[in-house]
Amino acid sequence: MSRLKIGFPQIGNYSIPARFLFSNILDCDILEAPSITNKTIELGVKHSPSFVCTPFKYTLGTMLEVIDEGANVVVQLGGGCRYGYYHELQRAIISDLGYNVRVVNLVSAGRANVFKIYRELKSIDPKFSRVRALYYLFIVKRMIRYMDYVDDYIRCNVGFEVEKGLMEKYNGMMLNEFLGVKNVFELNKVFKKYYDKILGVSLNKPDNVIKVGVIGELYTVMEPFSNYYLEKSLASFGMSVKRFTNASYLLFDKGKYVRRNIRKYSKYVKYKMGADASDNVMRAVSLCQDGFDGIIHIKSSFCTPEIGSMSVINKVCRDYNVPVLFFSFDANTSRVGLQTRLEAFNDMIEMRRK
Amino acid sequence: MTIGIPRGLFYYYYSDLWISFFDKLGINYIISPETNGKIKELGRKYSTDEMCLSLKNYIGHVAYLVDKCDLILVPRIDNYGRYQQTCTNFLAAYDIVNNLFDVDILDYNISYTEGATERKAFIGIGKRLGFSRKESLIAYNYALVKSHKVMKSKVCSNVNKLNCNGKKILIVSHPYNTYDSSIGGSVISFLESIGCVVIYSDLFDEDLCLKKSLDLSSGLYWKYSRLIIGSILLCKDKVDGIIFLSTFPCGLDSLVNEFIIRKLDVKCLNLVIDEEYAFAGIETRLESFVDIV
Repeated sequence: MSRLKIGFPQIGNYSIPARFLFSNILDCDILEAPSITNKTIELGVKHSPSFVCTPFKYTLGTMLEVIDEGANVVVQLGGGCRYGYYHELQRAIISDLGYNVRVVNLVSAGRANVFKIYRELKSIDPKFSRVRALYYLFIVKRMIRYMDYVDDYIRCNVGFEVEKGLMEKYNGMMLNEFLGVKNVFELNKVFKKYYDKILGVSLNKPDNVIKVGVIGELYTVMEPFSNYYLEKSLASFGMSVKRFTNASYLLFDKGKYVRRNIRKYSKYVKYKMGADASDNVMRAVSLCQDGFDGIIHIKSSFCTPEIGSMSVINKVCRDYNVPVLFFSFDANTSRVGLQTRLEAFNDMIEMRRK
Repeated sequence: MTIGIPRGLFYYYYSDLWISFFDKLGINYIISPETNGKIKELGRKYSTDEMCLSLKNYIGHVAYLVDKCDLILVPRIDNYGRYQQTCTNFLAAYDIVNNLFDVDILDYNISYTEGATERKAFIGIGKRLGFSRKESLIAYNYALVKSHKVMKSKVCSNVNKLNCNGKKILIVSHPYNTYDSSIGGSVISFLESIGCVVIYSDLFDEDLCLKKSLDLSSGLYWKYSRLIIGSILLCKDKVDGIIFLSTFPCGLDSLVNEFIIRKLDVKCLNLVIDEEYAFAGIETRLESFVDIV
């Protein structure tokens, strides 16, 4: 049997920890996921059902691209909402296209089954060791935390840097070095080195920036506009951005956050509304209470939980008198349309300030 | 006190249970009428534009009831076990209605993974309406038996249709689409008018369907989609054609229908109904489909 080549669908920068993890615990080649281009999206749209949510089309597109590069195992993550069922349909589509590829799903029905994952991995690589996997999982957990920590800072300040592109450059270098670390101490060292550098980037930030909170679903990390595009264009109007949904929140903090706060915001949300919908409502309320000037809600088109939360967020924003802007991304969203709407949003907030 | 029951989403699953429960307790209730133009209009007015048509109609029904009753029954149904989850709209319906309208809501929560069973939920309703635990339990058990009986007779007559002569068409859809007069009603009456025998995918034995669905898809975790898959597997050799009826943009159907069509080799028609659909176009498609099978 030929050597296994594993590919991942592109999920923002998080393919780095995934690559790190799997290259260390499994004896196989890991293919680098190509970045999402128009070709990827076209490929995905062509083979997807028409009104499925957009991440399906994106992930299918990257999967097909990775397969063209020679991957024979594709890993899909799976989550709480419709995401958890992607793999079966994608498996059917890929086999209908005539590829002989294994699609492995790690999380089903919203919860990870440790034994099932172990069995899957063991069947990929018979020499797979649990102890080794645990060791690297520990490192990866910390790596994701660090990534999100740096990412948060960058998102707040990226638009105001004097020398454009410096922060992203350092971030990219840091991620590259993350791939080569052997233990936690090295990881800490790399993180410190680059975090200091990023903190040292000189900023040109005006005093009374307009603060905008960005809420939405996980998809926002995958869409091509995610590369600090929103932050940069907002910063060109003098707006600073606070963003919430990221991997470390979804993986580690979500349960705790919802459990602690659902009673506090019971005026607006009594039950969990599925996926991240109730979290986003709670975020919206807390943003309004913290005196943010506006809220931007991002989602992919046809994301059912977020559609439910939109009507609630509307009510929240009406009660607190805070403007809110809804973006719905699909495969055909263009930057120009986005820019126009952001400009109008900015004008409106500035008028309100006066 | 009058309780308003919106004729949408949950109604088509639990109407017998609710009605006999309230009858036994002696509570007045009103049920909103069949979906009509006015209700559709109301639904469009209050809902977000991307919601699925069934939810929009549901919101229309709630809006119709708002000033006609004291309490509106809007449950929240999460799951019947880990691999028996429901649609996201069933989870969010309570919070959406609560924020859209200023009205008292009679709600209950079913989530077996968190220990909230149907029994507990109905005791909760009884308590809210001022009945003791015992009274509501008696009413609940009575309603349960009665609704099972009704369901059983429906299932029997549905399964018996499989042995009829004539063109047998299986309608694969969620009950809240099939029996909604504005969505499935016209399709079914048209099919019957041209002499087809219509078989409903939701009227099969539940346990059998759930078990059977594992043959095709082991990872599927939506209860209603599993029932659909099970029913198709049970009778796919006995029917002449299958019509998939879904509303735009239904989250479950977008994946599951595509999956079934890819996996099973059957004659099928995929109808997606949205807000602005014209029945004339659908009629032509149905006619040609029936001619083919």
